Amino acid sequence: MKYILMMNTMKAGHDVLNWPKKDFQAHIGFMMSVNKELHGRGELVSAEGLSFPDQAKLVRAGKDGKPVTDGIFPESKEFLAGFWIIDVDSPQRAYEIAATVSAAPGPGGTPLNMPIEVRQVMSGPPPEML
Amino acid sequence: MTNQWDSTSEHLLRGLAPQVLGAVARRFRDFSSAEDAVQEAMIAAFTQWPQQGVPDNPRGWLIQVASRRLTDQMRSEIARRERETAVAAETESLTSPAEIELDMDPDDTLILLFMCCHPALTPSSAIALTLRAVGGLTTAEIANAFLVPEATMAQRISRAKQTIKASSIPFRLPSPLERTERLPAVLHVLYLIFSEGYASSIGSHLQRFDLAREAIRLARNTKTLLPNNAEVAGLLALMLLTDARRGARTGRDEELIPLDRQDRSLWDREEISEGIDLLTAALAKGSVDLYQLQAAIAAVHDEAARAEDTDWPQILALYELLKRVAPTPMVTLNHAIAAAMVHGPAKGLELLKALDRDPRVASHYRLDSVRAHLLEKTGDHQAAIKHYRIAAARTTSIPERNYLITQAARLAGD
Repeated sequence: MKYILMMNTMKAGHDVLNWPKKDFQAHIGFMMSVNKELHGRGELVSAEGLSFPDQAKLVRAGKDGKPVTDGIFPESKEFLAGFWIIDVDSPQRAYEIAATVSAAPGPGGTPLNMPIEVRQVMSGPPPEML
Repeated sequence: MTNQWDSTSEHLLRGLAPQVLGAVARRFRDFSSAEDAVQEAMIAAFTQWPQQGVPDNPRGWLIQVASRRLTDQMRSEIARRERETAVAAETESLTSPAEIELDMDPDDTLILLFMCCHPALTPSSAIALTLRAVGGLTTAEIANAFLVPEATMAQRISRAKQTIKASSIPFRLPSPLERTERLPAVLHVLYLIFSEGYASSIGSHLQRFDLAREAIRLARNTKTLLPNNAEVAGLLALMLLTDARRGARTGRDEELIPLDRQDRSLWDREEISEGIDLLTAALAKGSVDLYQLQAAIAAVHDEAARAEDTDWPQILALYELLKRVAPTPMVTLNHAIAAAMVHGPAKGLELLKALDRDPRVASHYRLDSVRAHLLEKTGDHQAAIKHYRIAAARTTSIPERNYLITQAARLAGD
């Protein structure tokens, strides 16, 4: 079964830009090793990081397709920073991976304990039996 | 001497894969490397045979090519070790391709099947390995069937092979006792492949590899290898009797059509009669198991010319048997539906109450969707709408969710 793990960060959380080099490198190294591990186990479908919310545009139906809002949207507190799509044998395994990435190291190596939203990717219905 | 490559050749090639792998793995006593070498030989055949024709002894050709690859690989591995350690004694232990007899042990495919469906493997690894080693599918085809990147599937297969290597499962036919113990795992893997294929045959993934057909082919082969086994026959019958309805279970917009509203003229009569014959022969052998009972229920549905002709008392009796063989909440759920069809919806709703306290199913969408359906039959439309909506919010299947939302909307618009 497939799951998407969504890594949300606080809007105010631009502070990654100010992390010490060592801490930032440790963070990146951690994420790379998680992806490597997921790939090695044959569980990784895709993993993507998203550009900062400063670059985001909000589009609604309109004549010219012109973005209606630039940059940070005042109504949102959290932003999607990146996501994984994984294919695993059980929901427990999905939660386990989510817990791992949640504890990615932040400044001073302290686990960030970021909230990771875990949602199952929809599939077709099984046969009409057990 | 060669023969023309035609539409049957691909089928032939896939059928040969497990035989070739079995023969090579037995000779070299290294399943993992043999598997890689056979895949390379298969790819070579797929690229060369359409142009150069199919060799007279295709199996021998594949065994030769795979063995040569494996020998080359072992030589270079030894050469590498020699460079590193300057030890040169192992060359003699090599088997040269010429020494490989081109015979085949008919049990090789069976050994492979038991190995790939070994309980030491997780279901997803067992499925991937079975499709590749026994089914002869390429990694790309398996990846496509499960909608994951090819590299991911390659890793899954390679991990499965490592697990087999680490657990040192011997490459030999399991004893009759071991076979009896491990057959359920084999059947479960084949059933999961079918189930995945059936689930994915709806939706926008039209280009996906047809896993339901592949599962049927594998079950058919397994039946040939174990001709007197009633459980294998029951599973194959179940697959055929379910697959027969494939053309009728979705509408123009791929919306789900429930069994009682399907156009039964679209059901595959050939699959139904083959399934019924298999089942009849299997049931004559005495014992009944999970798959045979499910197949029997599917057969009763398939035999009814119209939904209203369905022999519900017989289905109810079969579910009562199934409750004894496999007392799972899903069986209780289906049993309640059958009871409702025989004794009225109130009886069905009463039986569902027991499931509200069962944590395995209490928040499963199927409980709400069945309850909604039965409530609708009692005429309590408000309660039915509520449960259709709860079910729609809980399902993880898009076609199912669309179906349930449509049911709620239909009643709400009354």
